[in-house]
Amino acid sequence: MLEPSPPASAKNGFTGSALACRRGERLVFEGLAFSVPPGGVLVLTGANGSGKSSLLRVMTGLTPAEAGRLAWDGLAISDDPAAHRARLHFIGHAEALKPVLTAAENLVFWAGMRGGTDGAAALDRFRLGALAATPCRLLSAGQRRRLALARLVASHAPLWLLDEPLTGLDDDSVADLHEVIAAHRDAGGRIVLSTHAPLALDGAVTLALGDFAPRWPFAVPP
Amino acid sequence: MIHRFANPARFMRLSAALLPWCAVLGALLIAAGLVFGLVLAPADYQQGDAVRIMYVHVPAAWMASFVYAVMAAASAVGLIWRHPLADIAARAAAPLGAGFTAICLITGSLWGEPMWGTWWVWDARLTSVLVLFFLYLGYIALVNAFDEPTRGARAGAILALVGIVNLPIIKFSVDWWNTLHQPASVFRLGGPTIAASMLWPLLAMALGFTVFFVTLLMVRMRTALIAAKVRALRQVASEAEARPAPRTPRGSLGSVRQ
Amino acid sequence: MSPFRRLVARDLRLALRQGGDAATVIAFFVLTVILFPFGVGPEPLLLQRIAAGIVWVTALLAALLSLDRLFLADYEDGSLEALALMGLPLEAQVAAKCLAHWLVTGLPLTVMAPVLALLLHLRAESYPALVLGMALGTPSLSLIGAVGAALTLGARRGGVLLSLLVLPLYIPVLIFGVAACEAAGAGFAARPHLLLLAALLVLALALAPFAAAAGLRQALE
Repeated sequence: MLEPSPPASAKNGFTGSALACRRGERLVFEGLAFSVPPGGVLVLTGANGSGKSSLLRVMTGLTPAEAGRLAWDGLAISDDPAAHRARLHFIGHAEALKPVLTAAENLVFWAGMRGGTDGAAALDRFRLGALAATPCRLLSAGQRRRLALARLVASHAPLWLLDEPLTGLDDDSVADLHEVIAAHRDAGGRIVLSTHAPLALDGAVTLALGDFAPRWPFAVPP
Repeated sequence: MIHRFANPARFMRLSAALLPWCAVLGALLIAAGLVFGLVLAPADYQQGDAVRIMYVHVPAAWMASFVYAVMAAASAVGLIWRHPLADIAARAAAPLGAGFTAICLITGSLWGEPMWGTWWVWDARLTSVLVLFFLYLGYIALVNAFDEPTRGARAGAILALVGIVNLPIIKFSVDWWNTLHQPASVFRLGGPTIAASMLWPLLAMALGFTVFFVTLLMVRMRTALIAAKVRALRQVASEAEARPAPRTPRGSLGSVRQ
Repeated sequence: MSPFRRLVARDLRLALRQGGDAATVIAFFVLTVILFPFGVGPEPLLLQRIAAGIVWVTALLAALLSLDRLFLADYEDGSLEALALMGLPLEAQVAAKCLAHWLVTGLPLTVMAPVLALLLHLRAESYPALVLGMALGTPSLSLIGAVGAALTLGARRGGVLLSLLVLPLYIPVLIFGVAACEAAGAGFAARPHLLLLAALLVLALALAPFAAAAGLRQALE
């Protein structure tokens, strides 16, 4: 059941205002605004090409926005991009796993780069403990996805940006992910995720990218 | 609404106005330089008439470096302020610079033949210009190697800046290399002080080449802008079938064409 | 373990497990040097005259071989994106990857160089200058090459394009490296040339990570 969460004040939310994004020479969305309070979840929906992945990348700071402003608790992201990077986990379509390294080695590397030490616990959280010493090239697609998601709990970051996290997950793993998301929200973390399939999350705010499609996305005036 | 090509309308108007004047001025300067240099200036006492190639060779060498500096400056502007005209300017300048380097290399080769009987001499300047030629080729190859034009422009901009930092280092190391290996020839300009009769045609040619470069640069930039606009319009046309026609700002009344 | 060391350790582990890089580079180095006597004739005096040049040029080309994969694997499997979002600045990460790259390619080249120089009858006095020169020059090659690798990420025919971009920038290293050997061989001091190589290395260390990181950020946009 999706119901609007209480509006976050500027001082206490991950907010975006008047955001626009350009991919190649097309405008993908414009005039987009959102707000994610502590414990909040923002679910991005929309057709393929509507800009869900683009918006997530803009939120990470990897892709600069064509217009608009992103702020964390009132402070603009552009003022301190390093601090912003340190406070987020981004799990995109690609899993960032090296085939010749084992599951444990991959996870410990990513956790260690952020100063986290919960590698083994993270593996168990997604029921991958038995595969710790298996090289990643031998893992199935679903297992690789779970391993990528395990990064979320291997080191701490308040903001989670997840691009279609449910792809390729079986029902047990979807349940694992829901538990992990709930635990993160209880601790005051914030989550933005995109999905094709409907997702049942209490208190989640939905943002349909289609609502922000520009009338005239081309680079020349009409 | 954000229109990337709204700004360049000013450039298009400005360049349309300037173009004929620059073209005429450049032609006059080059003609003057050629007449004075190839016909009226004195021949070198040692090299004879062959020295007249210098009136093309030396300004071309100057232009080769100058255009690279222009490219690097445009690249810096494009990277820092993300102005689309800057990227277009850098990209337009590159083949022109490569052209000047080619002229310099070919005339250098032609100059060497009557003097030393060989078609190439590993002189410090010629060698530096040869390396510069490859820097240009690398830039042109890089900006054209990507499917997405903006990616190519940005990568090229970084390369141009890396190149401009490396140019003095390369020049220095080639000079060093040259002194170590006893240069086979030195392209002298006729002594420590160039006679005035030789200097003026040289400067006229250099100025003429510069104006010529500016003219061609404007032409190439205009062409690039028009090509980009055509691309965008094609995209609009191909999607016009799929989407409903957008409302014009004036509403559905009033049609432009009968 | 600091993030920097962790990244170096990961790259080294990957290189060791995937194998191939060091072996390919050394094999190319040896085979190409051996081609020269076939090409110019085995006369010792001739080979001695061009030994330093052959060793250096071939080392340059061998260093190029493994460069296009420096960032490509990470770019394709999403690791580069994840690395760009780490706390460690991208410039430092580039330096870490260059260090790992040098340990796997430049260092073996430096070790093999005197062995190959033996085959080319290099003058005895030149050996220290050769080894020292290569030890100072090969890191610069890795750093300059990293800039080229970052700029050509995702380009068509990236490998050939990389060579076209990077080889002109290698020329100063080549000139001073060979000059050091030849100076030593002729009885002069190699020190000025070695100092210039060191200066190039310092410049590369200062500037290349920034240029390469800019290229990487731009590739990730």
